[in-house]
Order: sequence, then C-alpha cells, then structure tokens
Amino acid sequence: MLSAHEIQKFSRHLKLPDFGLAQQQKLKDAKVLVVGAGGLGSPVLQYLTASGVGTIGIVEFDKIELSNLQRQVLYNEADVGFPKIQKAAESISKQNPELTIHLHEMQLQNENAIEIISQYDLVIDGSDNFPTRYLVNDACVLTAKPLVYGSVYRYEGQVSVFNALLDNGERSCNYRDLFPEPPPPELAPNCAEGGVLGVLPGVIGCLQVNEAIKLITGIGEALINKILIVDLQELLFRSFVIKKNDAIKIEELIDYEQFCNHSLAKAGSNNNSMSGEIKEITVQELKQWRDEGKDFQLIDVRETYEYDVCHLDGELIPLADLVMNEPKIAKDKDVVVHCRSGARSAAAINQIQQIYGLENLYNLKGGILAWSAEIDPSVPQY
Amino acid sequence: MKVKLIAFGIAKDILQKRTQEIEITDGSSIAILKSQLMEQYPSFEKLKSLKFAVDESYQEEEYILNDGAEVVIIPPVSGG
Repeated sequence: MLSAHEIQKFSRHLKLPDFGLAQQQKLKDAKVLVVGAGGLGSPVLQYLTASGVGTIGIVEFDKIELSNLQRQVLYNEADVGFPKIQKAAESISKQNPELTIHLHEMQLQNENAIEIISQYDLVIDGSDNFPTRYLVNDACVLTAKPLVYGSVYRYEGQVSVFNALLDNGERSCNYRDLFPEPPPPELAPNCAEGGVLGVLPGVIGCLQVNEAIKLITGIGEALINKILIVDLQELLFRSFVIKKNDAIKIEELIDYEQFCNHSLAKAGSNNNSMSGEIKEITVQELKQWRDEGKDFQLIDVRETYEYDVCHLDGELIPLADLVMNEPKIAKDKDVVVHCRSGARSAAAINQIQQIYGLENLYNLKGGILAWSAEIDPSVPQY
Repeated sequence: MKVKLIAFGIAKDILQKRTQEIEITDGSSIAILKSQLMEQYPSFEKLKSLKFAVDESYQEEEYILNDGAEVVIIPPVSGG
C-alpha cells in the first residue's frame, strides 16, 4: 500500500490518464537492476528513483573520473576518485528515502550474472562494452527477464526492449536477433576513443526509463521487436522493426571476451601471416630511440580531434584510413604505431601485418597515456 | 535502379556520409548490395555480418530491393 506521503509525492503520476494507484503500486513493487552507473546509468538511476520504483540494484565497480562529469550527472568534482556505486547510492537514497537499494560492487561476469539478475523483475543495460552487453542479454534470456537496452556513440543512440513476454507466451527479440555478432574491435570504439556528446546518454537513459515504466505498469506500447535510432546532430528519431533469428539459440553463457574478439582472430586465420603476434615497445624504449637519434617512423592512428588535444609528433593516419594509406608506411626502417591506450594501434598493426605482411611494425605499449604518465606529464591525459 | 543508403555509427564513417544514392542492377538482393559496397569501400568487409533494414523493417540477405528503396545500416555501438 502507498502511504499518504507517497500519494502526495507521486500525485502528478496519479493524475495522468491511464495511470493510477495500481500503476504507482506496481512501480513500488518492482525490482529493477541497472547494469552500469555511468553515462546511461546516471539518468536511469535518477529517473527510476524519482518515478517511485521500490527496489533498485546497481552493478558497478569503477571509480569516478574527471572526464566522466561531462555526462555522468549523478556525480560532481568532489566525487572524483570515489567508487561510483557509493556516490550513486548516496544520491538516490536521498532522492527517495523509501527506496531499497542493492549494491553489487563487482564486474558482471559469467559466475555471478545469473544469480544477480534472478533477483530482479527487469534489467536496464547501461554498460559500456560488448562482452558485458552480450552477457547481460544472454543472462536475461536464460532467466526470462525483460531487458531495456540503450547504447551511445558520439551523437547517436539506440534503444530497444528485449526478451519481453508477449501475449502468446513467447519472448520478443533480443540483442542477438539484432546483432548476431559483435563488430571487430577496431570498428567498435568506446566513448573514451570515439567521444560522446554529454547530453546523449541523458536522452537515451531517459528513454530507457520510459520503456521500463511502460513495461512495469502496462501503460502505452513498449519498444518491443523494434529498435529506435536517435541522432542528436540532425535530431532524428527513427524506429525499425526487427525479427527473430531462428539460427540463434541461447542455451548457456559463453566466453564473451573471446566472442567479442573473435572477428579479429578469424580475419587473421584467412592467410598465413603472423596474425596476433605483435611486436611492442615501451614508452621508455621509444624515448631511448628518440634520444639516440634512431631513424624510425612514428604513426599516430588516432582521430584528428585527438591529435589536436595532444600528440607525440607522429604522422597522423586515423585507423579507418590506414589500409588505403599503406604506401605511407615505411618499409625500409622500423615503424612505431601508437594511439591513446595501445588498443587501436594493436588492431592497426594486426590488420597491416595480415594484409601486407609487414614485419617492421611496433606497437607503443600503453599509448599516449603511458607517455604522459611515465615520460612527459605535460601531455594531457584524456 | 537506385537505392538510398542511410548509414549510422561506424558505417557512416566508412561511407563518409549519412546518406547516399547507389546505382545497382535491377532486381538486386541485399547480398548483392553488400558485395557492391565491399568493392567500393574495402573497410565495409568488417561489417558484412550486419543486417540491413529496408523501408522501416529488417530484412534477410535474399530480400530483393525495389527502385528507390531506403536501405538503413545500423552497426552495434557499445557506449554507455
């Protein structure tokens, strides 16, 4: 039963057509798990709490960084360095003192996903990587829980409702019906690499909570068997009908790290080059090469706007353009390839080694971040 | 005939624009459009497992495109 205090608090819901005490009670009785308390998780947690959902679980293990604050509106500068889950819980418990909060301060993994998800009625995915997204999806299918999906990239977002119970007793489409395979890692930049407009996860997170409220209360029409694409530059909202993929059978959890890297490995098995074997140098070795005046080429595979933030005087050839710019890669001397963290440059070297069989490429371990941390602190970390 | 491509996410980066018209043989399927895109844009190879939506609905590889069809390419994105 709702208290007099709660009736007053949620009175603007209760006045809505199609909404009443019964719907507000359903929100209070609902147990919702939010995976990730970052860009999407921030508005999701705030609006879920404000809506009167009675029990919220949070899965998160990261700490708050300064670069989060441009979009993760749950946190402020004084919170930098603290665990996100702690600050998120403090904030939403003030927002609704009647809220029951369960904290899962851990990475969602095969070992714990089923057990955690089983405790909830509905899951909202605000994670930031493909292995977790596939794991959340598969675990929701195996535990028969509806999943509200949202993801963001630069100015674009996606929203959908997966695995919802249909009137005929079957479950609606899930993430794998839409995306049977993850893209190869070099074509899947995260927010740290690709950037994201701060307001975008706000828009997408609010849309996710809207879908969750509709699923819980039964009002309106949820985004079932459809995907919504949002682009904030053009302010474009379009939805597309998705269909079940009968070839996909989810019967158990799999190795998601391997699954999400497999495209790269598979591409490498197409020919006999030394795929996967990448030579590395450390930032100390790179400095030594420079100090010695060694003749080598330094290639920076980041984007132009990243180069503008900071650079090591390398030759800028963004990853997406590298293959067609192969003539620019020196063949008669050693070539060091770098990016922000070392991940994109590793993918770049793998690609070039496979296609052109070059053997003079070195990946800069830790990228420009390591250079900043260990050699030159005046190079900004971003 | 011509179809209108609309690309999101990394597909937009590969095609270097959001929308463009592609000239394609009458009666072509989505599979034929994909192989044509891979010839024009080698990086598209990496996205070949993607499903395409045609005129508001996802369709299979063998789906035959009509003149003027709007073909939408939506790669997965992972940011959160």
